[in-house]
Amino acid sequence: MNLVKLTINSREVEVQSGTTILKAAEKIGIDIPRLCYDDDLSPVGACRLCMVEVKGARSLVPACVTAVSPGMVVETESPVVIESRRTTLNLLISNHPLDCLICEKLGDCGLAEYCYKYGVKESTFQGERHDYVIEENNSFIIRDLNKCIQCGKCIRACDEWTGIHNLDFIYRGFDVKPATALDSTYVDSECVFCGNCVTVCPTGALTEKQMKRQGRRWEVQKVKTTCPFCGTGCNFDLNVKDGRITGVTANRTSIVNGRALCVKGHYGWDFVQNEKRLTTPLIKKDGEFMPATWDEALDLIANRLKGIKEQYGPDAFAALSSARCTNEENYLVQKFTRAVMGTNSVDHCART
Amino acid sequence: MAGLATTFGSGAMTNSINEIPDAEMLFLIGTNTTEAHPVIGYKMREAKRKGAKLVVVDPRRTDLARIADYWLRLKPGTDIPLLNGIMHIILQEGLQDQQFISERTENFEALAKTVKDYQPDVVSSITGVPVEDLYAVARLYATTDKAMLFYTLGITEHICGTDNVMSIANLAMLTGHLGRPCTGVNPLRGQNNVQGACDMGALPNVFSGYQKVIDPVVRAKFEEAWGVSLPENPGLVIADMFEKAHTGELKAMYILGENPVLTDPNSNHIRSGLEKLDFLVVHELFLTETAEYADVVLPAASFAETEGTFTSTERRVQRVRKAIEPLPVLANWQTVIKLSQRMGYPMSYATPEEVWTEMASLTPSLAGINYQRLESDGIQWPCPTSEHPGTAFLHAGAFTRGKGLFQGIDHIPPGEVPDDEYPFLLSTGRILYHYNVTTPYSPGIHSMWSEEASEMNPDDAAKLGLATGDKVKVTSRRGDCVTNILVTDRVPPGMLWMSFHYANSPANALTSAVLDPVTKTGEYKVCAIKIEKI
Ligand code: SF4
Ligand code: SF4
Ligand code: SF4
Ligand code: FES
Repeated sequence: MNLVKLTINSREVEVQSGTTILKAAEKIGIDIPRLCYDDDLSPVGACRLCMVEVKGARSLVPACVTAVSPGMVVETESPVVIESRRTTLNLLISNHPLDCLICEKLGDCGLAEYCYKYGVKESTFQGERHDYVIEENNSFIIRDLNKCIQCGKCIRACDEWTGIHNLDFIYRGFDVKPATALDSTYVDSECVFCGNCVTVCPTGALTEKQMKRQGRRWEVQKVKTTCPFCGTGCNFDLNVKDGRITGVTANRTSIVNGRALCVKGHYGWDFVQNEKRLTTPLIKKDGEFMPATWDEALDLIANRLKGIKEQYGPDAFAALSSARCTNEENYLVQKFTRAVMGTNSVDHCART
Repeated sequence: MAGLATTFGSGAMTNSINEIPDAEMLFLIGTNTTEAHPVIGYKMREAKRKGAKLVVVDPRRTDLARIADYWLRLKPGTDIPLLNGIMHIILQEGLQDQQFISERTENFEALAKTVKDYQPDVVSSITGVPVEDLYAVARLYATTDKAMLFYTLGITEHICGTDNVMSIANLAMLTGHLGRPCTGVNPLRGQNNVQGACDMGALPNVFSGYQKVIDPVVRAKFEEAWGVSLPENPGLVIADMFEKAHTGELKAMYILGENPVLTDPNSNHIRSGLEKLDFLVVHELFLTETAEYADVVLPAASFAETEGTFTSTERRVQRVRKAIEPLPVLANWQTVIKLSQRMGYPMSYATPEEVWTEMASLTPSLAGINYQRLESDGIQWPCPTSEHPGTAFLHAGAFTRGKGLFQGIDHIPPGEVPDDEYPFLLSTGRILYHYNVTTPYSPGIHSMWSEEASEMNPDDAAKLGLATGDKVKVTSRRGDCVTNILVTDRVPPGMLWMSFHYANSPANALTSAVLDPVTKTGEYKVCAIKIEKI
């Protein structure tokens, strides 16, 4: 592979030919702003935020889709570049509700982050604004296309990760938007509610319903774990605030799934906080379950099991362990069955 | 997994999930992957987009069947003649991998003898698959270098489940599709940690790492580590447990995190077995149908409330991390320890990590894995030493048992077939939105998909005067239940397809008690029923 030498912000860098300016800059720690670009999606060069100055070029070029060439001299934060970015952001927010005070994406919103960085606080363009109805008729995703910046990442995530092509741009000009086949709501489309579009959306256009008003993005602690819903072994982050789970977000470092999830992994976690969860032991008395302390319950179990073992022998006992529980729990259950009860009768439900 | 263990000496997915997008052919037998293992399904669609050929063997027109290059809509329960027919063609056309067969396998003659009888036209009439498709798929698989085979519940939940698995293994060996990336025989395990539960020895015949309880050397090792003498006879498998509960030989059970009343075939038999026990402890998140029968119910902690590990279908051990405190105060591992102590056997682990460390020290195939090494990506077993990187694909160079064992396998018709009285075939499976027993407790998921809809072909619906949304009573020789009908040509005529996720239409009240003689897996997939409008 050929190596190409170029200069970015007066620093030399050498990369393989075919590398984009954006990636070459990343290599030496220079972060070029981007909204439609995502490492895990194909590049489209749509948002124009990543424009940079290339000496000798007639106009600014989009860094996310422009390949490096030998001897190229690039400026990523020169005055004309900054001016161009301010204009781009200015245009984007001219038709964007600036209700950041209550927006669920704040703290994880690309648009707000770059407006902050470039000091753009309101638009100088006054024009027509969209007035789409906010879509909330499903349990998982809130869709507020008033906040959409037409970056198209949701379309690509649906195509390239989930692979079902539920979304595409429809209409033209001012009215262009990512939509389902008949411009229906997600519920009435082919949507499988994986939420992968939500994961990539850089604005408050797509947000997780379960997380609504449960805490600001910067208040939650993220705990990476393994999905409990199928054998694929996807990883994700449980978001926790004040000892409660507020939601699941994707974690890019997941070796098997990257940031892709399915509806179960993304939104099925809430069984954990179902109010029907058992929190104390129950002992059946005259056909009715009565709450008991751990000590009462464990003493009763130990006495009954000891008695049955003495009277009928170890093989009068059997245990079912669980294909849902951890390895450590399974190991302990089989050890208990073998070492304590003295029988090999331990199995679990799914022998598939 | 007994089938693969016989053929190769090891019963797990041979290859890895992230090899899928680079494969040139995916051959799916009885797996509705996009619903049961959605993210694996995404990777299959990705492979297809990149040009891989896709073959789907399934009576139902699943999502992947819709985009398949070849969709073989076989009659339920005819997997073995189909596979034998494909192997017949491969041998007839000389497309087998002769070098692989002679260097890496044994007993080839038995296979060749058996499949000789499976002439394409005979196979076509048994399976309903056109002869041209048999030829096309046989040639495609035999001549594609990077071809991966997948199967799941569909193939193991039959009376001949073990034989089906061995037939699939035969096919892969015949064409040398093993021991390399993007090949292999890949069972997709249903539950999140069914692989781990098996690996940990939650099975009546083996300790952790499939070390046999009948082996005196193995037993001596565990006796020394655990400080007790251990029973030498294999214990009861789940189906036999309920049998012995009926006969009164089994008096007490402890059930952790499982709901056999809902998820096991022939639930009426299970209910009456549970009723007969003197003493039942159920350790569960919710007061499930099974917990109702308990004398003592212990509250369980969920995956979010404990440290630990799960092992995925590709043998990858990964960390589970505690996000919130256990709702019932005690995590499940702590509960088992306390119970053990009260029974007079000391267990003193301060953390799940200490449990893992003990297990790994006794288990050669996992000995190299510790929590530090699991911090980022997890590790795929076998991993015998702390320097070993883990194993992405099995059987490179040699099989676990040495040579791969071919077996000639003949067709066993399903244990129960439709007749005049019970004219329909019931088939059950998993749907995307649900996962056995926890998802019905997810308020979000429940609100979107709360009622069972059983799929029926438009022809049958017309004959019975049924439309989508109508309620019917479904009766088998073992029980009955009520369900809503969804009219769709996803299912062939003569079949009703139900999932087993909903307590208010328990499909497993209907299913067959006929068990695979080796694994004792219930025949969930095929059973005869009648359907009446109500
Ligand atoms: S939730 Fe998933 S399937 Fe639905 S539109 Fe978004 S990416 Fe596509
Ligand atoms: S909904 Fe979000 S991801 Fe999709 S185009 Fe709009 S801003 Fe981009
Ligand atoms: S996110 Fe979906 S595909 Fe991934 S492990 Fe969980 S249930 Fe399986
Ligand atoms: S990030 Fe380059 S055009 Fe959007």
